[in-house]
Amino acid sequence: MGNASRLLPLIPLIPGISSLVLALFGRAMGRAWAGRLASGAVGASLVLAAIVFADVTGAAPGQRAITVQLFEWVAAGSFHARAALVLDPLSSIMALVVTGVGFVIHVYSQGYMVGERDIGRYFSYLNLFIAFMLLLVLAENLLFMFVGWEGVGLCSYLLIGFWFERETANAAGMKAFIVNRIGDFGFLIGILMTFVVFGTVSFAEFLPLVPTQDARVLNAIGILLFVGAIGKSAQIPLHVWLPDAMVGPTPVSALIHAATMVTAGVYMVARTAPLYAEAPMALGLVGAIGAVTALLAATIALAQEDLKRVLAYSTVSQLGYMFLACGVGAFSAAIFHLVTHAFFKALLFLCAGSVMHALAGETNIRKMGGLRERLPVTYRTFVMGTLALAGIPPFAGFFSKDEALWSAFREGYFLLWAAGLAGAFLTALYMGRLWILVFEGRFRGGSETAQALEESPPSMTWPLWALAAGSAVVGFIGIPHHSWIETFLAPYLAVKSPRPSSFYLEASLMTLNVVIAAGGLLLARRVYSAEPGLPETMAKEPGRLHRLLREGYRVDALYDVLIVRPVLLLSRVVLWRAVDRSLVDGSINGWARLVRVGGEGLRLSQSGNLRLYLFFLFAGVMALLGWMILGTTWAS
Amino acid sequence: MGLLTFLILVPLAGSVMVGISGRWAHWPRRLALSFSLVVLVLAALLWARFDPAQAEYQLVESLRWAPSLGISFLVGVDGMSLFLLLLTAFLTPLSVLASWESIQEKTAAYYALLLVLESLMMGVFLALDVFLFYVFWEAVLVPMYLLIGVWGGERRIYAAIKFFLFTMGGSVLMLVGILFCYHLQDVQTGAPSFDLRLWQGLVMSQDTQQWLFLAFFAGFAIKIPIFPLHTWLPDAHVEAPTAGSVILAGILLKMGAYGLLRFAVPLFPEGARTFTPAILTLAVIGILYGALLAMVQPDLKRLVAYSSVSHLGFVVLGIFSFDVAGVEGALFQMLSHGLSTGALFIMVGMIYDRRHTRAIEDLGGLKKSMPRFAGVFLIVLLSSMGLPGLSGFVGEFLVLLGAFQTAPPFAVAAALGVILAAIYLLWMYKRVMLGEVKNPANDHLPDLSRREGMILLPIVILILWMGVAPGTFLRPLDGTVERFVSRTPSGALEE
Repeated sequence: MGNASRLLPLIPLIPGISSLVLALFGRAMGRAWAGRLASGAVGASLVLAAIVFADVTGAAPGQRAITVQLFEWVAAGSFHARAALVLDPLSSIMALVVTGVGFVIHVYSQGYMVGERDIGRYFSYLNLFIAFMLLLVLAENLLFMFVGWEGVGLCSYLLIGFWFERETANAAGMKAFIVNRIGDFGFLIGILMTFVVFGTVSFAEFLPLVPTQDARVLNAIGILLFVGAIGKSAQIPLHVWLPDAMVGPTPVSALIHAATMVTAGVYMVARTAPLYAEAPMALGLVGAIGAVTALLAATIALAQEDLKRVLAYSTVSQLGYMFLACGVGAFSAAIFHLVTHAFFKALLFLCAGSVMHALAGETNIRKMGGLRERLPVTYRTFVMGTLALAGIPPFAGFFSKDEALWSAFREGYFLLWAAGLAGAFLTALYMGRLWILVFEGRFRGGSETAQALEESPPSMTWPLWALAAGSAVVGFIGIPHHSWIETFLAPYLAVKSPRPSSFYLEASLMTLNVVIAAGGLLLARRVYSAEPGLPETMAKEPGRLHRLLREGYRVDALYDVLIVRPVLLLSRVVLWRAVDRSLVDGSINGWARLVRVGGEGLRLSQSGNLRLYLFFLFAGVMALLGWMILGTTWAS
Repeated sequence: MGLLTFLILVPLAGSVMVGISGRWAHWPRRLALSFSLVVLVLAALLWARFDPAQAEYQLVESLRWAPSLGISFLVGVDGMSLFLLLLTAFLTPLSVLASWESIQEKTAAYYALLLVLESLMMGVFLALDVFLFYVFWEAVLVPMYLLIGVWGGERRIYAAIKFFLFTMGGSVLMLVGILFCYHLQDVQTGAPSFDLRLWQGLVMSQDTQQWLFLAFFAGFAIKIPIFPLHTWLPDAHVEAPTAGSVILAGILLKMGAYGLLRFAVPLFPEGARTFTPAILTLAVIGILYGALLAMVQPDLKRLVAYSSVSHLGFVVLGIFSFDVAGVEGALFQMLSHGLSTGALFIMVGMIYDRRHTRAIEDLGGLKKSMPRFAGVFLIVLLSSMGLPGLSGFVGEFLVLLGAFQTAPPFAVAAALGVILAAIYLLWMYKRVMLGEVKNPANDHLPDLSRREGMILLPIVILILWMGVAPGTFLRPLDGTVERFVSRTPSGALEE
């Protein structure tokens, strides 16, 4: 792998430098050039990522990993963590996805964000995100990965709150950062424990040592690291930030909150797969959380009225599938689903952006409908994305979801499989609902909006086609029994050889998946086409279940009552007013008063001024000193 | 006289010059800036001449003072004091610049006191004679007391006296401890001396060590401050002028932590060992308590003050982990906190200059008219909440790493402080900088001026430098910290 070691550092560096340039000179540069510079930087990274990817695939299967040392970053005592990058099949695929989808979304942003006041700042953040995300996937050790990990969180915070004059945007950005910090608390302890147990945090150094350790220790590390993944990848119970994050610009939702950043947790679990493979309890937790999230988030998506929130819960649910796959030991299936999901979910979000663009920012699906004729490109690409997400062959999501579910079944995790299958049905149902309510039937918005309806400009539609093409074909890298991606990744993921199974069973289950998906779509079509007024009725007279789902099982309200308010109350009333002011300060002031009263009694400090205090202090010191010196002289 | 003596004398000479320049309007601040910059150059020179490979005191200078009493002007530097000296030299000119326009009364006296303060702080970090140290340590109180009491806010007298009495109270106990050690030294060797290096050979019983440790600890703990001895700090900060807050948080608090590292622990290791569990508990309480209180403060300065209580808890945790990484983390955190909290106080001062309020509820939406200010403010906050790549992360991480190896439950509890820091800082940022401008007074405020940019730029550069290449600041610590750790009881918590 000749070129790779020289080119690799440039991949995150170019967008990083571009971000800095945009931050400093973005205003002076003018809006058009800001967008061009940002897209060009990511395009350059994409080319480099493709070159090193070709290098990796060109190398012999056993020699596909290299490490590039940059410099010693943190070192103290016996601890040291290098700034170093690793290139292997896993990181090369991730780099390609990040730069590829990233580039498309940068181009789309040039069209979508036109007319924004602060476009330089937007592209600066977006470039910075790409740089940190690449750092995350290329990092050679846990601590350096943590730089990217928190860095993308920062960019997410900045971009969610891009329109900083909007109260909801600021609140959502802050919530995202803080909920992620809760996860990172676990991640950080996990890093500390990794060092204490293995004496190193470098993947290449500690993963081979895994078999020497007790399962209890490995479980602990695995669970702690996974807590970080729960936050970053928005799994239950830390999923609450992602739906709120949708108030950010839509290209940001596509890039950060669907295709890349939120998959970092899955990537991290896959990166440390040898550890999870030896930590049954941790892996069980990964699978269980994934399955529960896949199912519950899908039920919530069913009742959302905001176009982007449907997609957000869908993302939460799909990330659940990826963890489900990890949980049954099918790490390459998880990465496969990550890759396909990056394409079709980014596509769906960009379609949503195109719809919003046409409707002057409207996101409520009750006010849409009948957009099929007026937005033909958006419609066609949206349908392709929907078919991919629902799992209709030959679109990408079919192959990857089938792989994940089949792995669960084959390895004997029937409960996880059943949850996943039910989730797949719901996925098709909510996507069918979206399809019908947004594009079919009659337009339900105002007549003024209807007149202005217009397809988005080419800078926005060609990214749609690019991602739609990806959603259509990328599944073929993982055809069952001839899976390129599995062969490519397997040697680097410590995958057990799969249990033997019957081909007919596999084929039947595959058919079942298709039937379930098609059934979901058809059911949605039946229900919502037959009764176009249904969303309106349901919004006006929601049943109890419907309301529960629409409010996301009221988890936010629960956290508010159980955590937010008690902590504030504790801090404000108990700690500050009662403890700090009355108890601690009060008692000390009390002592002071006592001293003063005593002093007045002795008529020593009638004036109470400081000079007198000072005088007595120094007199006292001198007396003590004198006593000491005289004492020692006499003693000798 | 060598370099170290000059570090003490140059600001002192400067203060005299400044003091007599009062009749010419702009001379006091110009002279003060010039002298503080000369000191900065001297400190940089010190850094250049410092030999990181050597663990013992370097560039030692000794002058006879009162030989019959064993008192001498004995100064030296090692890895622990090197960066604290640099921090002092770095923050003083910034404090002068931060006062440039906001201080209009009695400027000559003000700037003279600032330079006296610098000289005395240098003395604290340089003294190797315990008597000399104590003189500097106590003397520091006087200019700080006057800075708060004369140029402070409305309740300045209350705050100044509270500050004075608190720290004085602790110091008196320390003085008793010092005199007792002096007495022991005399009895054991027959040659009275305050030389710290000789005191490390003192033979003491476990009981004696415990009492002496407590006496020293009292003085240092109040200064840091360790919970529950912290209540003087918010009052002092709120009333102090900006420069006073910068120096108070940036350097004075570190004197306490420095005292623990230089005196209390190495002189009485067995005593330190006895109280380690209790001190770790107080440190963790301080981290969480300070953070929770910072969250609900309605006043910006009070918020930053409580955040200092939280951050200094990390320093104490690191010191008492008795682990190389932990102690280096504590020292690194001291520097980082000096920069980020210094910057926070400076920036709160800038807001105050514009809006004449520090109440969070009066502010909001400032980013609209002050985008550059908002950007720098965010970088400083992110460093303060320990974002990797910025200075705050390295210190906190190393402290947690050290503590996790010797006292895991404390490290885990302390790590919760990292979550809380994000909450109180981002929430504050949201309420102050973001959102719509609801109060017209918050609209059309001037963004950073050139002078203000000049103050903040060096801080931001250092925050990034310390975060990206912490080795520059960690390597010179190695020798000294290893020596420190080797003299502390290893496995202090094993029992």
